[in-house]
Amino acid sequence: MWELIQANKRRSIFLFFSLGITLLLLGYLLGSAYFPDGGGFLGLFFALIIWGILSLVGYFKGSKIMLAVSGAKEVTKEVHPQLFNIVEEMKISASLPKMPKVYIINSPAPNAFATGIKPEESAVAVTAGLLARLNRDELQGVIAHEVSHIVNRDVLFMTFAGIMLGSIVLIANVFLRGLWFTGGGRYSSRSSGSGGGQAQLIIMIVAIAFAILSPLLAQLLYFAISRKREYLADASAVRYTRYPEGLASALEKISDSSVDLKTANKVTAPMYIINPLKPKGRKLSNLTSTHPPITERVRILRGISGGANFVDYQNAFNKIKRSKSPIIPASGLTDKTPIGLKDILIAPTALGLDKKTKRKMGDIMMKVNEYSFINCKCGLKIKVPPDYKKESLFCPRCGRQHRI
Amino acid sequence: MTAVIILLVVVAVVVLFVISIYNSLIKLRNQVKNAWSQIDVQLKRRHDLIPNLLETVKGYMKHERDIMENITKYRSQAMDAGTVGEKAQAEGLLSGALGQLRIQVENYPDLKANQNFLALQEELTSTENKISFARQGYNDQVLFYNNKIQMFPSNIIAGMFNFKEEEFFEVEDEKEREVPKVDFTGESQK
Repeated sequence: MWELIQANKRRSIFLFFSLGITLLLLGYLLGSAYFPDGGGFLGLFFALIIWGILSLVGYFKGSKIMLAVSGAKEVTKEVHPQLFNIVEEMKISASLPKMPKVYIINSPAPNAFATGIKPEESAVAVTAGLLARLNRDELQGVIAHEVSHIVNRDVLFMTFAGIMLGSIVLIANVFLRGLWFTGGGRYSSRSSGSGGGQAQLIIMIVAIAFAILSPLLAQLLYFAISRKREYLADASAVRYTRYPEGLASALEKISDSSVDLKTANKVTAPMYIINPLKPKGRKLSNLTSTHPPITERVRILRGISGGANFVDYQNAFNKIKRSKSPIIPASGLTDKTPIGLKDILIAPTALGLDKKTKRKMGDIMMKVNEYSFINCKCGLKIKVPPDYKKESLFCPRCGRQHRI
Repeated sequence: MTAVIILLVVVAVVVLFVISIYNSLIKLRNQVKNAWSQIDVQLKRRHDLIPNLLETVKGYMKHERDIMENITKYRSQAMDAGTVGEKAQAEGLLSGALGQLRIQVENYPDLKANQNFLALQEELTSTENKISFARQGYNDQVLFYNNKIQMFPSNIIAGMFNFKEEEFFEVEDEKEREVPKVDFTGESQK
C-alpha cells in the first residue's frame, strides 16, 4: 500500500511543482515591476514568506478551517448510529490507525468530504442531505471513497496545493488592487530614464498580464491534480467495500440532486466527493472541472466484473475509456490476489427527494442541533428544542404528558 | 590464532542471523494475534447482541421457532469453540441462521417498524460487516506468518523454537450465503 501512495505522490509532483513555479514567477515579476533594481528577488522573497505562513497555518489548522468553513459539526454516535458504524467498518477495512472523527453538515445538498493531514488525525464530514437520501450500501461507498482520500494522502496533497493556489490569488489580487489605488504614479516617477523606462514599461505590462492570468492558470493546475486522484479513490473504495454498485448508485443520486452546497468555494471544492459548484444545465468542459464526469465514474464502476482488486478497476477503466492510460500506479496492479465482490442484496431505492426523505433530513439536522425526540404512544414524534426549560410537556395530538 | 578468530566471527554471524529471524517470527506472530483480537472483539459483540435481538423478535415472530432455536444453538456452539477453525465454522452457521431471520422479517411489517428492532438490526449488520472486513486482514497476516514458517531458512529456526502454523479464518461461503429456495414444483403437480 505504501508504494502505491508513493507512486501517487510522484505523479502529482509535476503538477505540484508547476504550481510552485507559477507562484515564484509571479513574485519575481511583481517585484521587478515595482523596484527595477533587484526588486525581483525581493518579490520572490515576499511570495515565499506569504506561502510559508499560509502553509504553516494550513498544516496545523487546515482541517479545523476546512470543517469550520463548511459549517460541519462534530456528532456523537447517538445522533446517527449507522453513520458511525459505517465509518468504523471502513476504518477496519482500510486499516486506519485510528477512528476518524465524524461530522455532519446541516445542508440539504448531498455531499461529503474528508480532512486530515495524517491518518491518525482525520475526520469525515457528510451533509444531512446525503444521509437522508442514501441507503446503507450507498453511504458505505461514499465513506469508503472519503477514507481512501485519507489513506492515499490526497488530503495532504490537496491542502498544500490549495494553499499555493490561495497564495497566488492573494498576491495577484494585492498587486492588482495596489495598482488601481496608486494609479501607476509610482511607476511614472521612476521611469525618468529613457531606455530603462522602456524596459520597465514592458516588465510592468508583463507583470500585470501575469497577475491576471496566473490565478486562472493555477486554478487549472489545481483542478488537474484533483481530477487524477478521484479515480484512484473510487478504485480504493471498491476494494474496501467489495461492492462497486453502492458507490455507483450513490454518485448517481448525488449528481441527480439540484441543491447546491452553499458553504463550498473554489479552493475547498476538490475535497468533496462530487464538485459542489457545478453550473446547471451545462456540461462542464474537462479543463475547468475538479472531478471527472460522474457519468463516466458510474460507468466504470458498473463495468467492474470479476473482483474488487485494483486490476479489475483498471480493466473496467480501459474498457469504458477505450484507452490504456494507467490510472492505478503499476505497484498497485502487481497484487493479483482475488478479492471477491459482494452479492447484490438490496434493491435500489428511488431517486429524487420525496416527502419522507425531506422529513428524515430535517430529523438529522435537528439531532445535530441537540433537539431531543419523544415518541408518543399516539404515533406522534415530538421534537423538543434544546432550550426548552420545563420538565414535562403535553402531546399536542392526544394530550399525554411526557417527562423530559 | 587466526583460525580461532575466523571461527568466532562465523559463530557470531550465525547467532546474529538466528536472532534476526527469531525476532521477525515473533513480530509476525504478534501481528497475527493482533489481527485475531480485531475479529474476536466483533464476534463477542455479536454474541452479546443476539439475546437482545431474540427478546425483541419473540413477541412478533411466533411461527419462526426453528430459526430462533438454531440461532441460540449456534451461538452457544460458537462461544464454546476452541480452535480458529471450529470457531469459523460455528460463526458461519450462526451467520446463516441470522440471514434466514432477516429474510423472514419481511413478513412482519409491525416488527419492521419497531425502533428498537431497527437499531439492533443496524448494530448486527455492522458487526457482521466488521467481521468480514477484519477477516481479510487476519487471513493476510496468517499467510505472511505461515509462509515464513515454511520457507528456508526460517523454517529451521521456526522448528527449533516450536513456532506453529496458524489457521485461516474461513467461513464456508456456500452456507453463509444460503438463501431458502422456493420450490414450486410440488404445487404444480397437484
